[in-house]
Amino acid sequence: MTGPIREVPQIPGLALRSPVLTAAGCGGTGRELAAYSPLDALGAFTTRTITLNPRRGGPAPRVVETPSGLVHSTGCPNPGLEGFLATELPPLVQSGARVVVSVAAASVQEYADLVRRLGRAPGIAAVEVNLSAPDAAAHGLFDVREPFHMTSVLTAVLRELPPGIPVLAKLRPDVLRVVEAARTAAESGAVAVVVGGPQPAALPDGRPAGLSGPAVRPLALRCVTEVRAALPALPVIGAGGIATAADARDFLRAGATAVQVGSALLHDPTTAGRLVAELASDGDEGRTGPGPAAGPADASLDAPDAPSRPARPVQINTDPSQEQHR
Amino acid sequence: MSPVHATGELLASRKVGAYHHLSVVARGVAEQFRPGTFVAVAVGTPGTSAVLAPRPLWIHRVRPVGGYGLALQLVLDVRGPGTRWLAEQPVGARLALTGPLGRPFALPKEPVACVLVGEGYSAAPLFPLADRLRERGCAVTLLLGAPDEAHLLSALEARRSARAVTVVTRDGSVGQRGEIAGAVAEVLRRAEAAVVYAAGPEPMLHAVAAAAEAHGAWSQCAVEQPLACATGLCHGCPVPVVGEDGVARTVRACVDGPVFRGDRVRWEELGR
Repeated sequence: MTGPIREVPQIPGLALRSPVLTAAGCGGTGRELAAYSPLDALGAFTTRTITLNPRRGGPAPRVVETPSGLVHSTGCPNPGLEGFLATELPPLVQSGARVVVSVAAASVQEYADLVRRLGRAPGIAAVEVNLSAPDAAAHGLFDVREPFHMTSVLTAVLRELPPGIPVLAKLRPDVLRVVEAARTAAESGAVAVVVGGPQPAALPDGRPAGLSGPAVRPLALRCVTEVRAALPALPVIGAGGIATAADARDFLRAGATAVQVGSALLHDPTTAGRLVAELASDGDEGRTGPGPAAGPADASLDAPDAPSRPARPVQINTDPSQEQHR
Repeated sequence: MSPVHATGELLASRKVGAYHHLSVVARGVAEQFRPGTFVAVAVGTPGTSAVLAPRPLWIHRVRPVGGYGLALQLVLDVRGPGTRWLAEQPVGARLALTGPLGRPFALPKEPVACVLVGEGYSAAPLFPLADRLRERGCAVTLLLGAPDEAHLLSALEARRSARAVTVVTRDGSVGQRGEIAGAVAEVLRRAEAAVVYAAGPEPMLHAVAAAAEAHGAWSQCAVEQPLACATGLCHGCPVPVVGEDGVARTVRACVDGPVFRGDRVRWEELGR
């Protein structure tokens, strides 16, 4: 990590300007967030989850406060693919943002139909397949419970998408099963996994929901650590209650290539822009601290076989035995 | 209009009747204020809070304060631990806030008769609205309602803001005994209202929108829904409406509102 321009670790095919991305469903349509931080400074803007057909979303209350968190079940309100392509994507692309489109569907066939049309739209940096919605079944979306469900979905998505558009798999942050899920995602062709989104929870009235916010951050960090240890060659995007630069550094030190900021934006909409700036101004010590090794160890573990994937450019090949404790 | 997120300073905090009036100066917020917009104030010391959702507060007034520029006068109804924390903050406290948020009341192009209907603390944005309407030559009538006198907002000031003021309280402690829903039709008729502006809880707004429809007036209703982010990011505050194109859809109270045309809101579904 030398030279005048400090490089940002990369997800293959997704040239990140910063390791700070927004999380799906926490940036509005993009226009609302742009009032507080320029979208083109972000690593990427992740859209709310888009479905093939328009969805009005679930009834109120959709979001309920809990200590250090929010319990939410929105039902993925969105204008549908055609509405998104007509009204929401063009201004996002025009803003200069790198646009990661989050998608979900009711069936494997619907996933295929959705991404086939999405893949023809110009300006998409990546597709994030939302395999983790804790309220998916309650809202009629494909409920990914087993690895073979994920294989079916990702295989269909990758078959229909042009090869230039990388696929990110957003996994359920179940500490006991997240490694299995990550391995399946990688073997199915995802270039990276998003680890640590909402935990399954319930709204006070008992409806299935997700829990997000600082309350889930230690769980998310554990999930990232587990995936990183088992699959060191697979890029991980960490998410889950990240609100400060220190939080983000914890995830990066644990081996995440990038982080997503979600619920913190609902508390302070300037959070993502601020973290971008704070991480960019970190000295070298901010990015090269001890962390799980990449590099030589990659080939020897059961890393997914992805010969077309570019090498990860700037992960430091630290020998763990020689790392400096700060 | 572009909202800003800023750290403000609490200049004054006092209890008036059942509510708290906060005076806050925050760079760039008051300057953009239009009646019907609001602010979202974070609960807890900035940067350390375990409370994620900010509290939405109506902007009651924008006033110059010596040495500080424009200050926001906010009205706070203490309903739980978060709003209580805000009410207990000492003068000088720093508050993280975002605003002005939402779409304001639309103003008529012609100097027409307007009736402004507010219940409880929700009447807050109607006072600066009355000023703007009078500047345009509109005849302004106010109809204020509350459960009792303590929950009646700024009734004395109302006399300065409007040509005629009607007050209704449920217990009859001041003004007529009754509800806004029962009084609004007569007020609209007497004022020969062309436009009705309303702010308050859903059943009252529904009744006012229906009365406006029956009277043949346009209505503009400021809808209060529980908000999570208040900035349009989370899609957590659904309001069922009928669009200009006649198509039913669900929009956000915070950025698509809070002010909606009364005949566009599907009130039965909102109240469910």
